[in-house]
Amino acid sequence: MAESENIVAETAEKIFADLADAQTINRDKNGAWKAPLWQALSESGLPLSWVPEDCGGSGASLAEGFSVLSAAGRFAVAVPLAETMLAGWLLVQAKISSPDGEMTVAPASPKDRITLNADGSLSGKARGVPFAKAAKHIAVIAGDAKGLSIALVDAGKCRIDSGLGLGGDHSDTVTFDKVQPVTTKPAPKGFEQTHLMLMGGVARSLQIAGALESMLEISVRYSNERVAFEKKISKFQAVQHNLARLAGESAAALAAATSAADAIANATSFNDEVFLEAVAAKIRCSEAAEKGGGIAHQVHGAIGFTIEHILHRYSLRALGWRDDFGSESYWAVELGKLVANRGADELWPLVASR
Amino acid sequence: MTAALRFDPIRLPPECEQLRKEVRAFLAEEIAAGTFDPHQPNREDTDAPEFSRRVGAKGWLGMTWPKKYGGHERSFLERYVVTEEMRVANAPTRRFFVADRQSGPVLLKYAPENIKMDILPRICRGEVCFAIGMSEPNSGSDLFAAKTRATKTDGGYLINGTKIWTSSAHIADYMIAIFRTSPPTKENRRHGLTQFLVKMKQPGIEVNPIQQITGQYEFNEVVFTDFFVPEDHVLGEVDGAWKQATSELAYERSGPERFLETYYVLTELVRAVGKNPDTRSAEGIGRLVAQLHTMRRMSVSVAGMLQAGKEPVVEASIVKDIGTVWEQALPHRVRDLAAFVEETATNRETLENQLSFAIKTAPKLTIQGGTTEVLRGIIARGLGLR
Repeated sequence: MAESENIVAETAEKIFADLADAQTINRDKNGAWKAPLWQALSESGLPLSWVPEDCGGSGASLAEGFSVLSAAGRFAVAVPLAETMLAGWLLVQAKISSPDGEMTVAPASPKDRITLNADGSLSGKARGVPFAKAAKHIAVIAGDAKGLSIALVDAGKCRIDSGLGLGGDHSDTVTFDKVQPVTTKPAPKGFEQTHLMLMGGVARSLQIAGALESMLEISVRYSNERVAFEKKISKFQAVQHNLARLAGESAAALAAATSAADAIANATSFNDEVFLEAVAAKIRCSEAAEKGGGIAHQVHGAIGFTIEHILHRYSLRALGWRDDFGSESYWAVELGKLVANRGADELWPLVASR
Repeated sequence: MTAALRFDPIRLPPECEQLRKEVRAFLAEEIAAGTFDPHQPNREDTDAPEFSRRVGAKGWLGMTWPKKYGGHERSFLERYVVTEEMRVANAPTRRFFVADRQSGPVLLKYAPENIKMDILPRICRGEVCFAIGMSEPNSGSDLFAAKTRATKTDGGYLINGTKIWTSSAHIADYMIAIFRTSPPTKENRRHGLTQFLVKMKQPGIEVNPIQQITGQYEFNEVVFTDFFVPEDHVLGEVDGAWKQATSELAYERSGPERFLETYYVLTELVRAVGKNPDTRSAEGIGRLVAQLHTMRRMSVSVAGMLQAGKEPVVEASIVKDIGTVWEQALPHRVRDLAAFVEETATNRETLENQLSFAIKTAPKLTIQGGTTEVLRGIIARGLGLR
């Protein structure tokens, strides 16, 4: 990791440590922590990390932005930081300036499609859009016969049906019923909706990996405190082996997610190799969320199943993030098709190319 | 963070890609010449002395060692490329693999100069085969329970006792073994074992092959009866072998051989399902490839740390734990998916034969070179639980 990545990530870490402490947030039933956290993030330019300065952003690199998302995962941050970053990135593709405030993106699933009508309005439905209720604007990919466009839409003009993801954060259905965007511009040549899904998937992978790092940390700490059968439970071999497996899942998620982020940050296009990296990360991190999160709960016993304990902030979000921008099952089918299509003898060269 | 596990996204440097091409071309020639069949991992010709010499002549043994000893002073990442290409091709590496990965580095670190000058160049030329004498009939994972005695005598030691599960001992020219030179102390049960270099194929050593459930004879019982080892064959500190083991483990445990042992069944499954797999096959293959890619990225990351002079013992143990559990399960997952392959698939018989062998191989993968339980103990210690 380069020095500058550390500085951006350290800024984010510091803000999270000051204003997004899991214990404090977990006790705050009114959500009073959200506004100061978002304000601090905005003042540091983090939500628009991926937007150049001439488009209203802070002009950080892709790598720097990804490191912010790892930190956001470690704190299970429940404001639309990743979503606003992705929206800013998407708008930049069509050289649209980003407005202030919270944003999200649509579609957030590879199966949904939004249509650009002849009169410039948008139609269609996007399901599972994270934080749509909290967003002031939505960055949208829409298509017509000529190809894809990118549009900036006032969220207030859309019908938004509330839903909640596993972690309790908004995951809403956004209906575009002849909505006129604030701005619409053609997407650059070669741009596909898949590219947003891969960026979103890598963002979620980094967040899951970060959440697993924290789950490992708090599980190890708990096992060294909790006494049962007259000794610390960390001294039981069965518990040690479970925690070793959690460390393995955390490590696998971290390796897959940071590798994919590095691949995208250094790529000139979304080719087969980048596709492999991005979807492998989403698949493997999603598997790790299940296996690793399960162990974290097992180690904690009943206390980890209570709403008062902070464990669920990480475990449920990590599970919920699996569903965004294409589930692991969806991407596994796509990756399997790609591998089959390239042929058996091209599998190893593809893996070894990374 | 309690557990500062690092898996940075290390990329193989550009010189590795040229090397990879050379290795692939070499292996293609060997396959064409009939040295081995990449589709038949269960062949009986895994000991291939001539192949071993040709690999040495290419400069692919002792790649990271000093030129003075016949090495090539190349990077650990370059060695990584050679290792993974050989493994994926099912090349017959048995004769040189242990010497190149493990025994050579031990000699480099602990052997006297005359022995280094004698043996290391021969390893680099692919001329000598090494075995590792660790386990005994009553001491496997519990290494420090070893009882085979090395008793001081004029100019050296007399060895008495039995090693077991010793891979390649029946073809090996040398063994690096641990023998008991003193009893353990009350304070340190690991005390009292010493590492030795043993010249095989001599009176006083009896090698009895043991057949495995795959039908192969890879490992052996090795019985020492008043076998003499000269003084200068002691490697490192007398009674202090326990101090010498840990740093080598990272090399031994994180390589591509720790997740690619049964890889061939995945290639053959992809061939069997063809260009247009059904959803179930595609999903199954996609997951396996994602898992494989992830492990390789973890393994390369550890190789990068080793190249940078670090000792990522915990990270390496994680790679071996996850990697061996994966390669053990792989033939079973491939079997699940192969149940839906068309009867008419042209490679059906090859796949079935491979699966039969891989399923029989699978149980050993989480035992050899440090059991899953031992690895998880090491990881737990790294997490601060012990």
